[in-house]
Amino acid sequence: MKFSDQFEARFAEMLTHYPTKRSALVPTLLYAQDEVGHLSDEVIAEIASRVDLTELEVRNVISYYSMLTTKPRGKYNVQVCTNIACLLRGGEELLEHCKGRLGIGNKGTTQDGMFSLEEVECIGACSWAPAVQVNYAFHENLTTEKMDKVLDAYNEEGNAVGKWLTWSPIPMK
Amino acid sequence: MADLVSHPDEVRVVSRRFGQGAADIDRYLQLDGYKAVQKALAMQPDAIVNLVKDSGLRGRGGAGFNTGMKWSFVPKQSAKPKYILCNGDESEPGTCKDRLIFEHDPHAVIEGVVIAGIATGAHAGYIYVRGEYRYLLEIMQKAIKDAYARGFLGKNIFGSGYDFEVYWHGGAGAYEVGEESALMESLEGKRGIPRIRPPFPAVVGLWGGPTVINNAETLASVPHILLGGAEWFAKLGPPKNGGTRLFCLSGHLNRPGVYELPMGYNLKKMIYNVGGGIPNGRTLKAVVPGGSSCPLLTAGEIDVSMDFDSMMKAGSMLGSGGVVVVDDSTCMVKFALRIMKFYRHESCGWCIPCREGTDWLDKILVRFHSGGGLRKDIDNIQYLSENMLGRTFCPLGDAAAMPTISIVKKFRKEFEDHLDGKPCPFEKAGAAELAMA
Repeated sequence: MKFSDQFEARFAEMLTHYPTKRSALVPTLLYAQDEVGHLSDEVIAEIASRVDLTELEVRNVISYYSMLTTKPRGKYNVQVCTNIACLLRGGEELLEHCKGRLGIGNKGTTQDGMFSLEEVECIGACSWAPAVQVNYAFHENLTTEKMDKVLDAYNEEGNAVGKWLTWSPIPMK
Repeated sequence: MADLVSHPDEVRVVSRRFGQGAADIDRYLQLDGYKAVQKALAMQPDAIVNLVKDSGLRGRGGAGFNTGMKWSFVPKQSAKPKYILCNGDESEPGTCKDRLIFEHDPHAVIEGVVIAGIATGAHAGYIYVRGEYRYLLEIMQKAIKDAYARGFLGKNIFGSGYDFEVYWHGGAGAYEVGEESALMESLEGKRGIPRIRPPFPAVVGLWGGPTVINNAETLASVPHILLGGAEWFAKLGPPKNGGTRLFCLSGHLNRPGVYELPMGYNLKKMIYNVGGGIPNGRTLKAVVPGGSSCPLLTAGEIDVSMDFDSMMKAGSMLGSGGVVVVDDSTCMVKFALRIMKFYRHESCGWCIPCREGTDWLDKILVRFHSGGGLRKDIDNIQYLSENMLGRTFCPLGDAAAMPTISIVKKFRKEFEDHLDGKPCPFEKAGAAELAMA
């Protein structure tokens, strides 16, 4: 199993952070997922051996954290918050709009593999609601029109890049 | 990047460096950065603890425990290493303040961690940033690296002979991990299931060592107390409620945003003056005063001082600073349902009253809102919630119960308006889609 040099550098650094190897597990899983797209059997086996745990122990941890997934997702995971602050400012309407526009339901993936859709809990953007995270990029103060533009931009970028893009360091406006 | 706002009533302490590029270490140094930690290095540890105690700084995560007092519980002698753990797993619905601190002033958090370490005799600290805040984790990673490069962290910090290491750590999505003992479990690479107490983390915490766990805003306040003094900080707020708070105004407001106001600022003024009042000619119905775990206040209950003790007296909590304003177009049954859906999703499943209670309540509320409710359900919702209170392993069960009880008590009529197969009076569709989503 081959990860990027950046992943290896981070993993090596993390092992120096803690008195136990397993403490590096949660951030390592997320970094691995960012590269592969999901936590495949192969990834789980690799990471389990690196932190001296059984695969079962690693799966047990994975199932607890909402960001970790063992199933493949689209290139862009559109996470729509519908928790109270977003609910009051149209989060549910935004979710319905995304369902219609992408033609998929909650936790679904478009046929071309470009987009996944997920209803999520509070993402910490309450004062800028309604808000959506696409992979790690925040999009705030949204309307259905703005949402369309955001999705258009990702669609264009996705067709141009053509590989599993992990995240944008600077969230798009 | 989240937009910054301002209001003339603001008192900027923690947000003093927001929007000034202080994530850059040179800029931070120009803005009095890393002076407080040098001052702390010249002080006796007990003197730092007493200073923070006297400042009246109380935990900004929501519990409101006196920070200096918390530090004083750490034993002086310990066979195992002591740790400082910064809780940056901000996920209480309505709360988005730590995000701004990490973005605009990451070094203040680092400085707070080091000062807490000097005060308690710890030599290592961890800054836990929630998984969704990846861009903030990147900012924090750079800030830590820069601080090491200058000799502010690591061996012999500032040439003082004191060693202190600071490490970053990222989460992967879990509200429950914001609870201090679950946070330690998560940092140790496990499911975030809370630990039984006693022993308390101050005695047996991370990897069995004494551990201080403080919210990011709490730690970011500490350097200001060192420089400005305990008396100055205490006087910013009412007695025993020192300092300011980052209030996250959201919901039905004309000017939502994160504002730093003195402790004890009047809630009504906060909604109408600072937040600009309710838009679209609507009127106020309810307020969530400090994140979704707090009992709600009605429009008639908002003439209160926003400090820990006054809010307790008003029958609610100051909580995490998340003020969610609800107007009269909102269905409170649906609001209660959305809150319960959240807690059902986030319950770790470890203890039965929380796991079963949140699930059962969610199901009743879904059925109730879609028109299938029975009159006895109203009392059952309250009864079930009251039976979770104080009977769960960690406060998540209480957090689910408290807002629910308050909504049933204060908005009972809205529940009655959903009876006898009547559709929700506030919307066309009903909750069927919400439930299926």
